[in-house]
Amino acid sequence: MDVMKKVPIKEQDPKVRATNFEEVCLGYSKEEAVEEASRCLNCKNPLCVQGCPVSIHIPDFISKVKEEDFEGAYRIISESSSLPAVCGRVCPQETQCEGKCVRGIKGEAVSIGKLERFVADWAFANDIHPTLNVEKNGKKVAVIGSGPSGLSCAGDLAKLGYDVTVFEALHEFGGVLVYGIPEFRLPKERVVAKEIENVKALGVKFENNVIIGKSVTIEELMEKENFDAVFIGSGAGLPKFMGIPGENASGVFSANEYLTRSNLMKAFNSESSTPIMVGKKTVVVGGGNVAMDAARTALRLGSEVYVVYRRSEAELPARVEEVHHAKEEGIIFNLLTNPVEILEDENGWVKGIKCIRMELGEPDASGRRRPVEVPGSEFTIDCDVVIMSLGTSPNPLISSTTKGLEINGRKCIIAQENGATTKEGVYAGGDAVTGAATVILAMGAGRAAAKGIHEYLSK
Amino acid sequence: MYKILKAEKLAENIFEWEVEAPRVASNCEPGQFVIVRAFEDSERIPLTICDYDREKGSITIVVQVIGEGTYKMTSLKAGDAFHDFVGPLGKASEFVEEDVESLKNKKFLFVAGGLGTAPVYPQVKWMHEHGIDVDVIVGAKTKDLVIMEEEMKAVAGNLYITTDDGSYGRSGMVTKVVEDLYAEGKTYDICVTIGPMIMMKFVCLLTKKLGLHTIVSMNPIMVDGTGMCGACRLQVGDEIKFACVDGPEFDGHLVDFDQAMKRQQMYKTKEGRAYLAAKEGDTHHGGCGQCGGDK
Repeated sequence: MDVMKKVPIKEQDPKVRATNFEEVCLGYSKEEAVEEASRCLNCKNPLCVQGCPVSIHIPDFISKVKEEDFEGAYRIISESSSLPAVCGRVCPQETQCEGKCVRGIKGEAVSIGKLERFVADWAFANDIHPTLNVEKNGKKVAVIGSGPSGLSCAGDLAKLGYDVTVFEALHEFGGVLVYGIPEFRLPKERVVAKEIENVKALGVKFENNVIIGKSVTIEELMEKENFDAVFIGSGAGLPKFMGIPGENASGVFSANEYLTRSNLMKAFNSESSTPIMVGKKTVVVGGGNVAMDAARTALRLGSEVYVVYRRSEAELPARVEEVHHAKEEGIIFNLLTNPVEILEDENGWVKGIKCIRMELGEPDASGRRRPVEVPGSEFTIDCDVVIMSLGTSPNPLISSTTKGLEINGRKCIIAQENGATTKEGVYAGGDAVTGAATVILAMGAGRAAAKGIHEYLSK
Repeated sequence: MYKILKAEKLAENIFEWEVEAPRVASNCEPGQFVIVRAFEDSERIPLTICDYDREKGSITIVVQVIGEGTYKMTSLKAGDAFHDFVGPLGKASEFVEEDVESLKNKKFLFVAGGLGTAPVYPQVKWMHEHGIDVDVIVGAKTKDLVIMEEEMKAVAGNLYITTDDGSYGRSGMVTKVVEDLYAEGKTYDICVTIGPMIMMKFVCLLTKKLGLHTIVSMNPIMVDGTGMCGACRLQVGDEIKFACVDGPEFDGHLVDFDQAMKRQQMYKTKEGRAYLAAKEGDTHHGGCGQCGGDK
């Protein structure tokens, strides 16, 4: 064994997985996990913990793995995270815990994410669940949204003795974990549903099909249903479009629509009653993780897939691992390319997308080099489906129906670090506050708000 | 689960259910809609609210069988339950927010076509409850497809029924009745029209000529109904609007109906289905809910 390198992880063969929705990464075996755990230097001042938005005691759990005490490892992770099986799969560890790992200076960082995943999967397989020994304190908290921030906030509050009810607008619980992230990255029944069961086991109540701001307002929750505090974790669900000609043609979808049909409504399964349009040739516009998810979904449904992104490879916002997987599976990247028009046939269906070549100019406000159009470089890609993956913004349904809840210019709810908003007793966190970000940052915000709510209600 | 209090067949292929949904009933207003899933594996179907009873905590919906999803729904009887029932979604009709006294000074004309009679009903009922008499035109293909006549009669000022084939009431399309009413010397300040998109388009073309401000209720394809997917986007004037959160009611003179009807075909109509199957060829994954499994 080369101690400088990670124990390699098994993955489905790219050619095989390009045609199915099974998970790409197959995870460590017990032996592999123990071997990988032995690479941890157990630093006195563990930088990895600082890199974790929910501050998991990483060296402690890895030590337990090394000792083959997997239950012990699970208990340590559970103290800090409500969703370890999810985080082990979708966290950008390379820029967080693993990005800080001392091993990474000369060799490869310890595979912390894959170890976390191993421990969580082992706990599922062995029927080990988080335990709760706390007396109810009689105070009620409403959590709006059952995505990562809501689940983590609800879990933490339940552990503190609160009577917590989670409200979800859709028919299934999990938020972006069920409608956004595809099955092949995050299995729904085997992982997401089980994580939610664990939160339920802490005594958290769940009510679906409730749209806060429509079915019931925050004022009504607090005044009529006697909730002492409210946490808003409603995410960033509104899709953006480019505003170019032809964008309303049949066959143009937001990544949200495409992924919701496939993930939440199971349209990838031919038995599903919800349809999805599978093109012969699909163009995905955008370079983030959601774009990669949409592209890899279209590919698996049987389409040829092109990703169009206006900057270069170095600026792709998606995780390196996702881009690598997408390329392995046969997705073609058209970088430094920007759409200018969607072309439609006489029946209003997409027949192509007109693009222009870009080159990188001076750095812009984001610090990235600004893409500039190359004059006269227009060209057309023939295609029958276009998926717009340009980011999302928070849904104004709640902010527009809650007096005293202020938002900023990007429609994000204004909240302090402890989640407190401009309205008393109302806290917020996750994408609803930051705009579209990651699962783990939302979880971190949910935890912080749980602490904030606890302090507020303990006064 | 959302218990069904009443289930009734109103006409060939048109069914009505009264469903227990207290959260929806306590906050809904005319013009809003719900999304239902009949069973655990059903697609999400948006339906305009046809009546509500705040005390009973119930919502009434009327559904026309147009595909596999709505066909399966018809097996649900009183005592059964809808698996999912969420709402109220969308914005309430504009007049709900207006001052009742000023509404009394305006003359409203409601134009309903076919199934559109059902969502027009709660609006007319609201007007009636607020002491405002409105004129209502109800159009149907033929006598047997006229629905909710008694209910409508009880709340409308004047009710004009027309059938395309002349088998009941006046004869001809709803647009003809509008023209006739104007010819008879009537005038209106606001028209609200709900029905098939093609009908709303022609009503709007006429009312534009008449200079009659017209509100339409759009029913494009939707998935979540909360602004998330953008499937329901419409060109309204020079803006793109989402029917689910910006609507479903819009100024009919600004809506691009031709585009909306093309988008509607993506999955919904027979033509759209055939087109989709032809386009997708072997990659058609079925499950469109419309093709009956034979793709």
